[in-house]
Amino acid sequence: MSSTLERPPRRTARLDQVVVRFAGDSGDGMQVTGDRFTTGSALFGNDLATLPNFPAEIRAPAGTLAGVSAFQVHIADHDITTPGDSPTVLVAMNPAALRANVGDLASGGTVILNSDAFDERALDKAGYASDPRSDGSLSAFAVYEVKMTSLTLEAVKPVGARPRDAERSKNFFALGLISWLFSRPIEPTLAWIAERYAARPAVVEANTLAFKAGWNFGETAELFESAYEVPASKLDPGTYTNVTGNTALAWGLIAASVRSGLPLFLGSYPITPASDLLHELAKHKHFGVRTFQAEDEIAGAGAALGAAFGGSLAVTTTSGPGVDLKSETIGLAVSLELPLIVVDVQRGGPSTGLPTKTEQADLLHAMYGRHGEAPVPIVAARTPADCFAAAIEAARLAVTYRTPVFLLTDGYLANGSEPWRLPEVASLPVIEPGLAVAPNHVGADGEEQFWPYLRDEATLARPWALPGTPGLEHRIGGLEKSDGPGNVSYDPANHERMVRLRAAKIAGIAGAIPQVEVDDPDGAGLLVLGWGSTYGTIVAAVRSLRAQGQRVARAHLSHLNPFPADLGEVLGRYAKVLIPEVNLGQLSRLVRAEYLIDAASLTKVQGTPFKVSEIEDAASALLKEIEQ
Amino acid sequence: MTDVVSAPATSRKDWATDQEVRWCPGCGDYSILAAMQFLLPELGVARENTVFVSGIGCAARFPYYMNTYGMHSIHGRAPAIATGLAISRPDLDVWVVSGDGDALSIGGNHLLHALRRNVNLTILMFNNQIYGLTKGQFSPTSEVGKVTKSSPFGSLDRPFNPLSVAIGAEATFVARTHDMDRKHMMETFRRAHDHKGAAFVEIFQNCNVFNDGAFEHLTGRDQRAEMLIPLRHGEPIRFGADNQRGVMMGADGALKVVDVASVGEEALLVHDETRPDPGVAFLLSRLSGGVDEPTPIGVLRDVEAPDYGALMASQLEEVRRRKGEGDLAALLRSGITWEVDGRSPAAASGGE
Ligand SMILES: Cc1ncc(C[n+]2csc(CCOP(=O)(O)OP(=O)(O)O)c2C)c(N)n1
Ligand code: SF4
Ligand SMILES: [Mg+2]
Repeated sequence: MSSTLERPPRRTARLDQVVVRFAGDSGDGMQVTGDRFTTGSALFGNDLATLPNFPAEIRAPAGTLAGVSAFQVHIADHDITTPGDSPTVLVAMNPAALRANVGDLASGGTVILNSDAFDERALDKAGYASDPRSDGSLSAFAVYEVKMTSLTLEAVKPVGARPRDAERSKNFFALGLISWLFSRPIEPTLAWIAERYAARPAVVEANTLAFKAGWNFGETAELFESAYEVPASKLDPGTYTNVTGNTALAWGLIAASVRSGLPLFLGSYPITPASDLLHELAKHKHFGVRTFQAEDEIAGAGAALGAAFGGSLAVTTTSGPGVDLKSETIGLAVSLELPLIVVDVQRGGPSTGLPTKTEQADLLHAMYGRHGEAPVPIVAARTPADCFAAAIEAARLAVTYRTPVFLLTDGYLANGSEPWRLPEVASLPVIEPGLAVAPNHVGADGEEQFWPYLRDEATLARPWALPGTPGLEHRIGGLEKSDGPGNVSYDPANHERMVRLRAAKIAGIAGAIPQVEVDDPDGAGLLVLGWGSTYGTIVAAVRSLRAQGQRVARAHLSHLNPFPADLGEVLGRYAKVLIPEVNLGQLSRLVRAEYLIDAASLTKVQGTPFKVSEIEDAASALLKEIEQ
Repeated sequence: MTDVVSAPATSRKDWATDQEVRWCPGCGDYSILAAMQFLLPELGVARENTVFVSGIGCAARFPYYMNTYGMHSIHGRAPAIATGLAISRPDLDVWVVSGDGDALSIGGNHLLHALRRNVNLTILMFNNQIYGLTKGQFSPTSEVGKVTKSSPFGSLDRPFNPLSVAIGAEATFVARTHDMDRKHMMETFRRAHDHKGAAFVEIFQNCNVFNDGAFEHLTGRDQRAEMLIPLRHGEPIRFGADNQRGVMMGADGALKVVDVASVGEEALLVHDETRPDPGVAFLLSRLSGGVDEPTPIGVLRDVEAPDYGALMASQLEEVRRRKGEGDLAALLRSGITWEVDGRSPAAASGGE
């Protein structure tokens, strides 16, 4: 059998890119299948971007639309920035998977379906009145029917498993087939199967047999005209890995701990799509990481704040509903002026909303979601790999300015992945904790004292004195404190001074962050301004418009509070500004309020990222207006 | 207390801040503060290693008056905040100061979980059976029918018994004391401090403005002997001016107050703080149904169990031993990696 495998496919056609979507029941292993195809492609040297999409229920009823789980991957021989607007190949393991996904398929696209699963009951469950394979509804596509279930059962017979168990290898059959179709290397997948299921040799054997059977089916069935090849992309030289946003973020926090010398403390309560941050950090105790799974989000934030008082690099991770619960604690952290990183992996809201879907609708919550004047810096990651740098930046601001910092990502970044050129550790920023070690004031009686609210003149940050340091004993709390000594003060003038000082401290961060990086090679009249995970889509849209001869500028914000110092000036240079957001226009509201410019807002809230074409269309419309 | 690094000798005034104490004149909080400031010099601990964390309420102002590290936080959350501090800094002595509303109403959940985890905290709950700071609403320890501004026709709420709650959460140290007896407070606080793990102390505290005399029946100078049942480890439980009364377990398994003369001393329950099963301690906490009945004070329960912060520290050490000290460059390369040299596409290597 292996000799068959080593023989290259007879005919291969070259493609510069392809978007494949694997879709099946939640229990069908589509996420694993997609993930393995991605890794194979990464190892092959493609650039890629992924978009997992799964239901909120762990196992929704099998065969129903609600239970469909999908994984989309875009691979290319060139630099790409999105998981693709619409798949060119759809692998559907059952009728529900077909029905839920076929609407997204590019016309002329390819459907590969598991024909064994298309019986009357399954069609009925999926809500098909007639069989789509024969009623003409798939006529716009090239449809390949493969008896994946029976071929898998046949292939794994030597293992002797019960049919119900044997059938579970069918996702590996599909993976084998698609790996053949796109000329992916097979060894890494076989090695991965052997390692992943090492504890269960029968499963290793079954999955291996199914995978090879899928590959061989492609090779011998002559169903497909040819196999395809997506050549390697020209990436910058270096060592690469494929990371999801959640992994990159967790690693960024560890890096910030290493580069600051502060032990990492995470207080967290499980919530989708943020739980993987807790899971990942819990693995790395040998970095001195303490992970505390609290009784609720309030306690998660509280414990982190307590650890910050004690000198940890303190983090609390959550998603929208958890942020609601943490708000009072974040306000306390504003008053205490202690470093605290609050990670919000945004998901569809309000309330429980769309727990497994993406949205960018917590920006104003991060900005204003506390009582009183309680400004906090906001950092947002733009791609899965960028979560690493964003985490370090959030830590830098928190520690330098003794403040809670919001770090915003979203479900799309959290679960999506991309190849990441690994940075050298020595090139990562160093974070100076600058802990207080000695009294900083001499009292009227000539005695040395420690004033916990005597600020650094440049940053306006207060000293951070850790319990255990003799002579610096002090009390902090949520009651207003006197400017300097930090004792409880109800003096009206002092309160106003403190409110303004806290605001000035955060506003002053604008001087310590990079200016806006504008991508505008041809002096455009339109600027597309984005933040967070719309980055890839905006870049792709702008590229596409430029390829059509249009002049469009683009800028992306990593800092949402404060904005970069020159943002107002930059915006003023353009006749039109377009702000696409996966919310109802939150950045555009901030920008309009801050700079009094008439920014155009493009919004979408469907739990999915923008399509490139949607941004392109909106930009084209504005370009036309400019011309007129 | 063998491992204490001798801290410089201090006196009461070393532990007091220069801040004006702002409780109402006559408030029981003053005597609790005094007891603490008298005790700490005796404990031989250092000011810089001592932290008071509180929530919100009259009681929660406590840290401002202690010349140590301190945090006056938000309503109910002190046990959670203190948990983060204590488990990340096992070298510190962390005290939590809380009121009955703070600890049992808004912060009930955090209290339960701090006790359940056995975090190394000394938690003092000043029970005045009222919301003091918000000017006198009934609290989760107020008696049924209490008339307050928010319950003009009498409160309908059934109260918590704080010690039952703590024992129900399997707290490893549970005690009660009161604001009229400095010596007893000091002794109880000392025991609570010396306990490894979570210690919970209820302090009957008089709010002379909104609930004056709530514990008068129990703690008044002329009442104590007949109304407070002092618990002493290893001794039969007896009380009364002439030690004429005692506590025994009836045939039905319930505890009851008896005349020693009629049952004989041998019939009395011998107090054992160290019973691993919290059952008898729970019964003791239920012995009194309210302030009109004889009520146990002292240590109900003091058992050994691993403290959460120490467990976390040893798990970190264990993982370090197994995996070696964390190496950031290796972490970044722990997934599947590949080299791009600008010419040939892929040279893959598997990771960890
Ligand atoms: C989130 C929040 N809710 C309500 C309050 C108002 N509040 C302050 S103290 C308090 C009750 C205090 O009662 P207790 O804990 O018994 O303390 P005491 O004042 O009696 O010592 C309340 C309701 C608050 N500060 N924060
Ligand atoms: S209101 Fe009551 S508890 Fe609060 S300070 Fe006054 S007397 Fe003490
Ligand atoms: Mg009270």
